[in-house]
This record gives sequence, C-alpha cells and structure tokens, in this order.
Amino acid sequence: MSRNPLVREVSPTSWFFRHPRYLRYMSREITSIFVGAYCVLLVVAVQRLAAGREAWEGFLLALQGPASIAFHLLALVAAVYHAATWFNATQKAMPLQIGEEFLPGNVISGAHYVAWAVLSGGVLFLAGVI
Amino acid sequence: MPPAQPGTVSAADAAPHGGAVASPGRPGGSKERTVQLEVLRYNPDTDTEASFQRYAVVCPEEGVVLDALNEVKASVDPTLNYRWSCHMAVCGSCGMMINGEPKLACHAFLRDYAGVIRVEPLAHFPIERDLVTAPDDFMEKLKRVKPYLIPKESKPIDAGEYKQTPAQLMKFRQYSMCINCMLCYAACPEYGLTPRFIGPAALTLAHRYNQDSRDGGRKQRQEVAATHEGVWECTFVGACSEVCPAHVDPASALQQMKIASSVDWIVEHLIPGGNGS
Repeated sequence: MSRNPLVREVSPTSWFFRHPRYLRYMSREITSIFVGAYCVLLVVAVQRLAAGREAWEGFLLALQGPASIAFHLLALVAAVYHAATWFNATQKAMPLQIGEEFLPGNVISGAHYVAWAVLSGGVLFLAGVI
Repeated sequence: MPPAQPGTVSAADAAPHGGAVASPGRPGGSKERTVQLEVLRYNPDTDTEASFQRYAVVCPEEGVVLDALNEVKASVDPTLNYRWSCHMAVCGSCGMMINGEPKLACHAFLRDYAGVIRVEPLAHFPIERDLVTAPDDFMEKLKRVKPYLIPKESKPIDAGEYKQTPAQLMKFRQYSMCINCMLCYAACPEYGLTPRFIGPAALTLAHRYNQDSRDGGRKQRQEVAATHEGVWECTFVGACSEVCPAHVDPASALQQMKIASSVDWIVEHLIPGGNGS
C-alpha cells in the first residue's frame, strides 16, 4: 500500500481558540505582561529615588493619576491570578512522597498560600500598614 | 471509498432520528437511540483534503462512540477506517478527537453527548486514512528515550531478582500505567506547533525509568530529555494530564524532570568538582 498521509498544520496564531483549556493557559501567560510591567515600574521608582527628592515627589504624584490607579488595579488582579495558578501547579512540580504515600497535592499548594500570606503580612508590617 | 456526501447516510432499519426507543430484547429493557456522527474522512489514493461525512445509526444508550463507529462499519459503510482492539480502555488503539477532545472511542460514552458527535483523527498526527493516523513520529521518539530498564549493575541470573521495596515502586508506579494511546500528544499544543518536541508520553516514560531504583540509565536518557526538544520545550499547558485515560500525570513528570535537570546544571557549573551526574 502506498502511503500518502495528510499532514495538518497547526495555526501559530489561533490554536488557543480550539479549546477553553488553551484560552485559560494563554490568559495566564498574558498576566506575565502586567507582572513584568510592574517590575519595570519598580525599577523606575528606584531610579527616581536616586535622582533626588524632587524627582521622587514627582513620581509619587504621577502614581496618583487615574491611569496609574487603573494600571495598578489591573496589575494586582493579574499578579494574584498568576500567583494563584502557580501555587496550584506546584503540587505537580514537587510531589512529596512519605513512605509509600504521596502528600495530598492541596497540602503542597496550601503551604504556598500560607507562605504567601505570612510574607505579605511581613511586608505590610515593615511598611507600617499593619 | 465513496466521496464524502453532504447528506446523512443511515442504517436502513434506523429508528426515528433523535428519539430513544425501548429495546425489549435487551436485558433490563435498555433503551436505544439514534446517534448522528460527523466523521472526518480521507482517502490517500483519491483525496487531497479531508472532508466530513455524516452517518446515523441506532445504538444502545449505554454504548460508546466506538460502538457507533462499529455499527456504521457493519451496517452503513464498510469502507470507514479506524483502529480499535480491546474495547476496554487498555490497548490505547482507538484514540481520536471526539467533539474536539482527544478521547478513546471505547471510553467516550454516548450518554455524555447530545446532538451530532464530531469524530476526527487524533490532532497533530498525519492522517493515514479516515480516522487512522500515522504514529511513526511517536514511535521514533519513544525509542530515543530508551524506555526500558538499564540496570545499574548487571548480574547473572543465578544471583536472583533485582529487589524493590513498595515505597520504591510507588515512586514511579503511576508513570508505568501509560498505554501509549497518544491522546496527550493530540492535546499538547506545543507538540502541534513544534513537532521536534519529544512530547509528553515518551518523556514521562523516560521519567518512569529514571525514578526506578533498579535503573542506572538516566545519564543516557538525559542526552535526549534535558534538551530544547526535550523537557525544555514543554511550556506546562497541562493538557496532557487532563486528557490521559490512564490517569498518568505527564505534566507532573516533565516538571520534575525540569527541576532535576536544573539541579544537574547547578552541580555541573556552579559546584567545584561537580560532574552533573
């Protein structure tokens, strides 16, 4: 029998519309843009701080504008979604075997949420918020 | 093979479409229903493109999509091609896309589907004929990861078996459940976009043997697994684990392999005297 297999190409620009799970994956990838943009903002903040009091106060004033507040809200939502999906995935990356049994995955993910809460509390404490 | 037809091809004795009818001849009086299938067909001798053909057959409500395909082949269109063998989700032969989801046709229950059921060959593999795909690429990759025990130390048969504790067995047991059905490859967008990717099942089997206390072949497998066409091509979409009918978790195996490979790199490059093994 002669072979003449039909090869089907996958569209590099629309493959993620094929199934909701791919859209969920892409939505998580997109949150990286906001996380990255916020890191850039922090670098700019350090640079403004190094530039002196006047530059720093100008930067703080700019942060209070509506565009800045909207960006911060979006970045917060994106960062929380990114972190939560990562914590949920940790149980796959680092399963813990104790004897013949494996620690339940939600214990591993839950430990990350606890560490997140403790560290966030520490940061807020150091910042004088709590 | 007849050309794909726009109309529906039905069994001559098909029940009224869309309804369920009692089947008094069946134990427990189980019901039957008319199942409408939209099957992607391709004849390598005459076609340049694949096209859909519709069928309507009567099947028991508790049946599976494979039963419906068998009914089509037996009573409507004997030219329809597809693979199957065990009819019990063990052999892994009847993998296909059912309403866009990689499934074993013998494990896709008709009761879970309403309306027309769209049946296509496994995504990301060339179509050999109708629902039959060419698994050559997967088989080649499977060989490359050496999915067999490479003993740490060989010993004569007289010396007895290689012993293992239950805890050592549990470390890799779930990964040994793979039935090579290739559903994970059809679900993995990375494999579809980058065909050089070794892929979920083959890498998971490499991990299975790497985790085996009797095995000493990890360094050989790493030559394939710890590369850009190996685990580092995986972007952790996780679809492979969602579709696996054997409840293997390839996504977990690949992430563990990434961590182990990273540790290898650190030992080799950052620790004096490290050899990365």
